[in-house]
Amino acid sequence: MDDLIKYAPDLLAGFLENVKLSLICAVLALVLGTILVSMRVAPTPVLRAAGSMYVNVVRNTPLTLVLAFSSLGLSDTMGLSFSETPRTNSFWLVVFGLSAYTATFVCEALRAGINTVPLGQAEAARAIGLTFFQSLRMIILPQAFRTVVAPLGSVIIAMIKNTTVAIAGGYLMESAFVMRDTFDDTGVSIPIFIGLVIAFMVVTLPVGFLTNRLASRLAVAR
Amino acid sequence: MSAGVLFDAPGPRARVRNAILTAVSVVVLVAAVYFVYARFDAKGQWEGELWKPFLEGSTWTEYIIPGLLGTLKAAGISAVCALIFGAVFGLARLSDHRWVRGVAGAVVETFRAIPLLLLIFFLFFLAPSVFGSGDYTLIALVTGLTLYNGSVLAEIVRAGVRAVPIGQAEAAQAIGLRKSQMMRLVLLPQAVTAMMPAIVSQLVVLLKDTALGYIIAYVDLLNMGFKIIPAVYFGSLIPAAIVIGVIYVGLNMSLSALATWLEKRTRRSTRTAATPIAPPGFVGEPDSTGAGGVGAVA
Repeated sequence: MDDLIKYAPDLLAGFLENVKLSLICAVLALVLGTILVSMRVAPTPVLRAAGSMYVNVVRNTPLTLVLAFSSLGLSDTMGLSFSETPRTNSFWLVVFGLSAYTATFVCEALRAGINTVPLGQAEAARAIGLTFFQSLRMIILPQAFRTVVAPLGSVIIAMIKNTTVAIAGGYLMESAFVMRDTFDDTGVSIPIFIGLVIAFMVVTLPVGFLTNRLASRLAVAR
Repeated sequence: MSAGVLFDAPGPRARVRNAILTAVSVVVLVAAVYFVYARFDAKGQWEGELWKPFLEGSTWTEYIIPGLLGTLKAAGISAVCALIFGAVFGLARLSDHRWVRGVAGAVVETFRAIPLLLLIFFLFFLAPSVFGSGDYTLIALVTGLTLYNGSVLAEIVRAGVRAVPIGQAEAAQAIGLRKSQMMRLVLLPQAVTAMMPAIVSQLVVLLKDTALGYIIAYVDLLNMGFKIIPAVYFGSLIPAAIVIGVIYVGLNMSLSALATWLEKRTRRSTRTAATPIAPPGFVGEPDSTGAGGVGAVA
């Protein structure tokens, strides 16, 4: 218990990095996922093919590989750089990798949501002369989003837990690294582990609870 | 209809619009691919020298295949243990005794909520202080994967048994089967068929998660590709990353294809009264087939 109290400030600072990563990646993944799903249902075969190829490849790649490649491949070898400061640079590399990875799951969730929108909605949209983008933006996506709020919540929860893998992307600030560092110093400490687990639950449980409540409130009556 | 329903059979104006959209997207995609190619070229990543190791048999027999075996070993052991863990705890959650249900539920919910990497780190540092010093990378990785994926599988087992229509259990009770007989003879055989696709999907997740072993220096495919091969053949990190990336994607895609095939087979199967259950984290399609929905596109 003493270890937990002694290292609490470090662990808290590390955990706040996880929260920061989660917030930024959630926004980027939702935006990118929406773009991807628009590509996958577009009238242009080229866009459909590009969208599904991206999703199938990235979704089947381990996140550890994606992040390690961002750091060792894209940054170290190819010279992709977001910032002069190494710490800021690796932060954005992790954001880049994690959002690119999570977006594929967002896309798949939204696509399943689009599947649940009845055919008549799309036919009605076409009948009143809406173009593809108009019907997607005003008719299909709003209904699709409402049906998949709960699954999107699960995707976001998985993403929050995945922020711990940031260590593979060379970002050595967040809580998993701090925990390993502490264990290296003091040996294994059960209170520290349980403390961090509880910290993650404090974030993930409300996300699950909120999205489930939103899901039942927003459910489209059919 | 392959064209989908989001857009009409195009008239003259829409054809022009679609042609423009196609042209623009082709240009953008080609530009993106060329940009990546040019950047790689500028850094000399297409040099034959860097790729040559992958044409030599010794690179494969000494590094890539042992790495792949390391990954498959961790995945195989974890999969077997996780399936056992999942079956035991999934059935325990369906127990008639409240305390068994409660304990199993607490265990499953806890391990599902812990970030897997934290769990693996914890086990990795816990093992030496309990069992003395030694190499615990495989044990920590396998135990972590088992506890996490086993908990998810437990939920799949529970959902699978629940997906069997209530009439089956009632019929079993009516002909006087005991509780264990009912489970063994009536519910489980049907539930297993219904949960097969979800189980295989979870095994894909498990296989992908073995890559976490890289972080605790377990010698798997990722470690070979990112640490060992670039150290032996200097500068060949990008080629190595691409080669092992292709192997990972190929493995996972074939497993995913198996899951899809199993699901299709289950849907038309007469062996079970239950419909296939959705994999965890997967979006259910409320109308079960989804065939009528807008997404009939592509």
